[in-house]
Amino acid sequence: MAHRHEVIVVGAGGAGLATALYAAREGADVAVVSKLYPTRSHTGAAQGGIGAALGNVEEDHWEWHMFDTVKGGDYLTDQDAAEVFAKEVIEAVIELEHMGLPFDRLPNGKIAQRRFGGHTKDWGKAPVHRAAHAADRTGHMILQTLYQQCVKHNITFYNEFHVTDVILEDGVAKGLVALELATGELHLFQAKAIVIASGGFGRIYKVTSNAYTLTGDLQAILYRKGLPLEDMEFYQFHPTGLYPLGILLTEGARGEGGILRNALGERFMERYAPTIKDLAPRDLVSRAMYLEVREGRGCGPKKDHVLLDLTHLPPEVIEKKLPDITEFSRIYLGVDPLKEPVPVMPTAHYAMGGIPTTLWGQVIKGEKNTVVPGLYAAGEAACVSLHGANRLGTNSLGDLVVFGRRAGIHAARFAKDADYHELTEAHLGESRERIERIKNSTGKEKVAALRAELQQSMMDHASVFRTGELLKKQVEILKELMDRYKRISIDDKGDAYNTELVEALELGYLLEVSEALVHSALNRTESRGAHAREDYPERDDQNWLKHTLAYKVEDGKVAFRYKPVVLGRFEPKARTY
Amino acid sequence: MQVTLKILRFDPQKDQRPHWETYQVEAEPWDRVLDLLHKVKWDQDGTLAFRRSCGHGICGSDAMLINGKNRLACKTLVKDLGSVITVEPIRGLPVEKDLIVDMEPFFAAYRAVKPYLINDEPPPQRERLQSPEERERFDQGTKCILCASCTTSCPVFWVNGTYIGPAAIVQAHRFLFDSRDRGKRERFKALGSGSGVWRCRTAYNCTEACPREIPVTQLIEEVKRAILMDRF
Repeated sequence: MAHRHEVIVVGAGGAGLATALYAAREGADVAVVSKLYPTRSHTGAAQGGIGAALGNVEEDHWEWHMFDTVKGGDYLTDQDAAEVFAKEVIEAVIELEHMGLPFDRLPNGKIAQRRFGGHTKDWGKAPVHRAAHAADRTGHMILQTLYQQCVKHNITFYNEFHVTDVILEDGVAKGLVALELATGELHLFQAKAIVIASGGFGRIYKVTSNAYTLTGDLQAILYRKGLPLEDMEFYQFHPTGLYPLGILLTEGARGEGGILRNALGERFMERYAPTIKDLAPRDLVSRAMYLEVREGRGCGPKKDHVLLDLTHLPPEVIEKKLPDITEFSRIYLGVDPLKEPVPVMPTAHYAMGGIPTTLWGQVIKGEKNTVVPGLYAAGEAACVSLHGANRLGTNSLGDLVVFGRRAGIHAARFAKDADYHELTEAHLGESRERIERIKNSTGKEKVAALRAELQQSMMDHASVFRTGELLKKQVEILKELMDRYKRISIDDKGDAYNTELVEALELGYLLEVSEALVHSALNRTESRGAHAREDYPERDDQNWLKHTLAYKVEDGKVAFRYKPVVLGRFEPKARTY
Repeated sequence: MQVTLKILRFDPQKDQRPHWETYQVEAEPWDRVLDLLHKVKWDQDGTLAFRRSCGHGICGSDAMLINGKNRLACKTLVKDLGSVITVEPIRGLPVEKDLIVDMEPFFAAYRAVKPYLINDEPPPQRERLQSPEERERFDQGTKCILCASCTTSCPVFWVNGTYIGPAAIVQAHRFLFDSRDRGKRERFKALGSGSGVWRCRTAYNCTEACPREIPVTQLIEEVKRAILMDRF
């Protein structure tokens, strides 16, 4: 079947819905294509808040927020993006409130705000109340509110359509191919503008806060087609994953006064970040936790985790402001946070890198910022680059509203003056062939086994701490896994809801984004933000104050180009907290 | 421990009607039912189909009938079920394949109550003000993850598929009791109609089924009262 819409958005998470909504408000005919039902997307798992300098609790300024974002990103953040963001996120939060988002309130009726990692007042002097929140389900409320608005605006949804191809010809984006899960049928989508908002790829790692469905599909599809992926070496591990599952426990828990302790009961963050302690940015806290465990001060029989202590907080703060994470701890571990500290360890959480874009979400294909007409990206799938080498907590939710809105507006305006491109059944060919090859294969390799090997090896060789030696090992492992991937076979030969086929396709994407990540990490011989090379422990602004653009040449072979960091207001300085 | 997992299977391309399949699975007491389903799919039979995404009770994808009760597979642990576990699709919605049902009738009911803030007054420059008490008034409904556990546990919904069901009413409640909303009358059209709240027979199944511990029946009663108060 064939469909036609002026603007087609891939992904129904926060970024996708914000894009769709603002494109529709511009008057465009908009459709959203998602492999999930709306409201199933992982924006709903975001907990703690959305940071904006509203100044409702105490003095705050967008300049402070911009500074924190740039410093938090270890100066790899593009400062034009950070400025646009810190200003516009204030308006974005107000607009969300106007749409009906049920923010928690202060006694004076204004939106309540809490402290969060790396968000400070007066250029780093002390933590500031900046994160606007709805209990510890802020992401859930953003997702619900944006979907409600999409229902109100009658936006068309293609639910459970798995995108298998982006049609790029003559340097122009022309349409999409997607597999309808219910029927197994391939559909052709003709569009004037396409916006990629399909989220991240935490499932390359064994321990992750990410949904099973976060597999980097669209990043991989574009990467295979020769478009670059930017700054893929920067992958964030969130410090407080519920041990051993990796389920997210919000940084808001520390914002409300929670403390990390080692086996000696020591508040170890005092040693690593004397000024803001437990509210240091995530890369620092995750490394500190790994070091505590490595040096023998881990907790439990295996001494392999640390503890998040909330027991000194008033019970009503825990029950009212952190109800969901309290429940997670009780259900999955049988640990009551009111009475005993909660076992935690870092969990793979967020890709700072992704599809490079301009400030308006236009996808670019090289260091000269040449755009691909008709192709946009927003949210975690994109790299604008707001987060630089390390994202601050709450800035992902801000990012998806601010840059989703920009992408939606620009895509709608672009579509007004653009024409549809001719598409034929032949455009389904590549997807059909790939699917048939998997369905008809009699190979001996199994998807689940290969995926488990990938996830374990990425954890061992390319997670919080890295060395050249381990990364080289992972380069070889990935080559071997990619080769074995050609020989996978599946049991399900049917058409309806062939979720095994979907998992097989997703594994292919996981391998591609892993390749881009590992090669980029091996290539960058410095430590910056979330990229910590033990063999190159220092930040090297002389050689590496630049963005990586990774291009696939063939399996196991990646070419690099570099894009300068947009500097400005804030000179790169040593990063201490 | 060894778990016997019985799953009600249905393949529309092969089967006339659903049938039970039994699997032996090695499990830990703290495993989620979702982990067991994955063990079957990944190690024994790749054709098993079910929905899942976040894996920790937030996305609402994996509501199933587990040992006779509606629950989320990712929020139900083996230790609370014992060594024989039965899993079936939620009831009252057409089964598409195995544990996957057609959610469209559910979302159609959701849309019928106009699940969005209705207020045409020009908004202020900054946020609208709302006291913590006003915010608390509709807090319960905001927890809803649209998993359909409540609606598909409702005996009225089973026999009358046109009933909008508890989940849609919870959504309506979330806006009716929001001090910022002005859409009462518009929503009452769907809620007060023959397929609306008056179908509810307060069986309390919905409240027991809700994985988010929303007092669903209570919210439905509050909506009924609001409609009655509006008539007088």
